[in-house]
Amino acid sequence: MKIAVCIKQVPTREWQPRIDDSKRGVREQDASFEMNEPDAYALEEALRLREKHGGEVVVCTAGPARASQVLREALARGADRAIHVEHDRLSSITTDSFVIAGALADAVREEKFDLVLTGLQSDDQGAAQTGVILAERLDVPHATIVMDVQVQESVVRVKRELEGGWFQWVQMPLPALLTIQSGINQLRYATLKGIMAAKKKEIRKVMPVSLPAAHSSIVGLDVPRKTKQTQLIPGSPAEAARGLIQKLRDEARVIG
Amino acid sequence: MILVVAEQHGGKLHRASWEAVAFAQELAGDQPVDAIVLGAGPGDSAAELSQAALATIHLVDSALLEPYTADGYTAALQHAIEQLQPTHVVLPHTYRTRDFAPKLAARLDRALITDCIGLTSGERPGFLRPVYQGKLVAEVAAEGAHPHFVSVQIGAYRADAAKRGSTAAAVKPLNVPLDAAAIRQKAEMPFQEAKQAVDLSQAERIVAVGRGIKGQEHIALAEKLASALGAQLAASRPICDSGWLPMERQVGSSGQTVAPKLYVALGISGAIQHVVGMKGARTIVAINKDADAPIFEIADYGIVGDLFEIVPAMIAELEKA
Repeated sequence: MKIAVCIKQVPTREWQPRIDDSKRGVREQDASFEMNEPDAYALEEALRLREKHGGEVVVCTAGPARASQVLREALARGADRAIHVEHDRLSSITTDSFVIAGALADAVREEKFDLVLTGLQSDDQGAAQTGVILAERLDVPHATIVMDVQVQESVVRVKRELEGGWFQWVQMPLPALLTIQSGINQLRYATLKGIMAAKKKEIRKVMPVSLPAAHSSIVGLDVPRKTKQTQLIPGSPAEAARGLIQKLRDEARVIG
Repeated sequence: MILVVAEQHGGKLHRASWEAVAFAQELAGDQPVDAIVLGAGPGDSAAELSQAALATIHLVDSALLEPYTADGYTAALQHAIEQLQPTHVVLPHTYRTRDFAPKLAARLDRALITDCIGLTSGERPGFLRPVYQGKLVAEVAAEGAHPHFVSVQIGAYRADAAKRGSTAAAVKPLNVPLDAAAIRQKAEMPFQEAKQAVDLSQAERIVAVGRGIKGQEHIALAEKLASALGAQLAASRPICDSGWLPMERQVGSSGQTVAPKLYVALGISGAIQHVVGMKGARTIVAINKDADAPIFEIADYGIVGDLFEIVPAMIAELEKA
C-alpha cells in the first residue's frame, strides 16, 4: 500500500506570538517550529499501516525551506521518502488552506497513492480545511476526525469521532483521504538509527510555477478580549494558595 | 440572502443551529435570512426552527441523506446553493460541518472562514476567529466571488440571541437531484463506546489537569487536591490521549460538558476544544505558569506560577481548617 502523509510545520505550542508592525502578521523570526501534533499522529498511523500491510510511506509538506526540518524528522521516525513543495506564497505561516491544499494536490496526484493521511487541523491557524479540500482536489472520498483505520483489500473502514463521546464507523473505497485525530495511537520517537538512516533518504523538491488563489486574507490581528475580569492572586506559592482558598470560601462560596 | 445550514440529528435540531442563526442575523443587517434543513424526514426540526425570524426554511428530504455522509451533503448543498444564490452560507462549526463544508467550498471554489467568534462591521464584513491556540484573534476577509461560507464556533453566540419571528417562517420543500452511486461513503449508526462510568456533568466541583502536569506520576498530586476540595478529577484531551487518565474523564468538545460550581484548571492552556466543555462553570480557577495562557480570559481567579509549588500549598491550606 502506498500512503502519503501531509505534514505542516507549525510554531511550537509554547511560543507567544507577537503582532508585527503591519498588525496583520506575527513576528515569525521569534518563533521556533515543530511538527503539527495531529499530523504526527497521522504519520504514526501510516507507519503502523505499512507494518501491517507493507508498502511505502511518503511524507509531504507545502512550506518554506525551514519546513524540511519536519520532513527530516518524519524520515527519522520511519517514513521512506519525502516531497517538499516550495513556493514564495507558501512562505508565511498565515497561508490560506486553499493555497496549501492546491500545492499539495498537484504534487501528490501523479504518485497515485492508495491512502492520503493528514492531521485534522493545524495548531497555528486551526482552519481544519486543508485535508478535506485536498480530497476534493484529488477527487477521492474522505473521512475526518478518524480514531481507527482498518484496511481490507480495496476498502478502508474508519471510526469517526462525533461530538460528546459518540463514534461512527464509515467505509469507503480506496483511494481515500483521512484526517486523523490526536490520540488515535501512541507516538513513536526517532531512534539514533532512524536519524542516521534519514540522512540517506530522498527529499524531492517540487517548485510549482503557479498556485491557486487564496480565498481569505488576514486584515487584522489582536489579543483576545477577556470575557471575565480575572482576579490574579499574587504572592509566594503559600501566600497565593492561602489567598485563593480564602476567596473560594468567603467570596465565591464554592467550598466549605 | 444569507443561508443558514441548520444541523439536525434524527429530527432533533442541533442547538448550535440557533447560534448560527443569531450570527447570520447579525451579519445580514437588512438582508433576509433563510435556512436549509437536510435529512430523511427532517420536518420536525424545520418546524422547531420556524420560530426564528427567518424568511424561508428550505427542506431537503431524501433517504440518501440518512445516515449523514460527506458526499451526500456536499452534493445536496451544491445544488441547493446553485438554486438559491445566497451571498453567504452560515454553518455551526460542528464536527459534521468540519467534515463536509471544506469539500463544498472547494467544489464551488469559494471562500470558507471557519470557527468564527464574531464580526466587524464595515464596507465588507471582517470575520473574527482564534489563531495560535487562541492566543490571538484574527480578523479575516473573504476573497473572491460569493457565496462566502462561514462557520460559527459553538458557544460563541447564544442560542437565545436568535431573533424570533412574529409568525412562523414558511417551510418549503426543495428538490435537489441526488445520485446514490455518487455517495462513496457507507456510514453505520453512531454509537457510544461504553456507558460513561463517570458522570462529570453532575459534579459540584472539578479539578482538571492539562499538559502542565507534565507526567503521569504527577496525577496523584491533582488527585490529592481534588480529594481535599471534595472534587472530581478531570482532564483535557492530551492527558487522556497519553493514557494518564481514562477517556471518560475528558472534558471538552470530544468529551463531557460540565457546569460545576467550581472548576480548577491546573496547567490547562485553555484551547477552545477544552473551553467549550467547561465555560459554563460558575467559578473558574486557573493555575498556570504562562500568564498569557487563554485560560485566564475566562477565569474568575488566577495564580500565575508553578503548579508543583502552588498545589501542595493549597492542599496544606485546606487540611489546616
